[in-house]
Amino acid sequence: MDADSDLFKAIGDATRRTILDELTDKDGQTLFEICGRLAMKHGLASSRQAISQHLAVLEQAGLVHTRRQGRYKFHHIDPNPLRSIVERWPIDREEPNP
Amino acid sequence: MIRINITSVFVDDQAKALAFYTEKLGFIKKTDEPAGGARWLTVVSPAAPDGVELLLEPDGHPAAGPFKEALVADGIPFTQFAVDDVYAEVERLKGLGVEFTQDATDLGPAVTAVFDDTCGNLIQLAAMK
Repeated sequence: MDADSDLFKAIGDATRRTILDELTDKDGQTLFEICGRLAMKHGLASSRQAISQHLAVLEQAGLVHTRRQGRYKFHHIDPNPLRSIVERWPIDREEPNP
Repeated sequence: MIRINITSVFVDDQAKALAFYTEKLGFIKKTDEPAGGARWLTVVSPAAPDGVELLLEPDGHPAAGPFKEALVADGIPFTQFAVDDVYAEVERLKGLGVEFTQDATDLGPAVTAVFDDTCGNLIQLAAMK
């Protein structure tokens, strides 16, 4: 059993990685803003429903959290689950010997 | 030739809407006539006083409320206004206490921002490059 399967599934998709890029550029976005950035900046023609499903996958993996503020819903990035990757396969900080 | 003379926004309170659209946004009242239990209430931009009118339409129909709430929850602006400089207009409106769900954002062909009109709608500001 691989506890990280949700995480790897989430980052295994190019559109979802682009969503994370845009949330890194500016954290806290409505669904509308995310859709606008994907369409206008990246030429991604995904429907609003498809983006919503991508966000659900990212949320399932703990990479995105939603926050309701008044009547609006904002999406925030949480890169913490990615820590398990470098903990599992530590990156040697020394220069590697050839 | 068919032309666009009026477009509408659903507002929860016409008097409050008139105050917001004139005092904060800077529109001018064009028509204000009794119409049934409500008012036929329109505003125009000072840049185009004889141009397209914006009708401040009461949202009393039972379907209007759920429709507006669903759009707002996802941050969707149903109506768009043009400005010359989105960054400057965002600063001006924030100074007047207007709340934004999206700050001025460069999307390539356009700069856009989204604010809350306090009458149940999100409105997009846009400047094409």
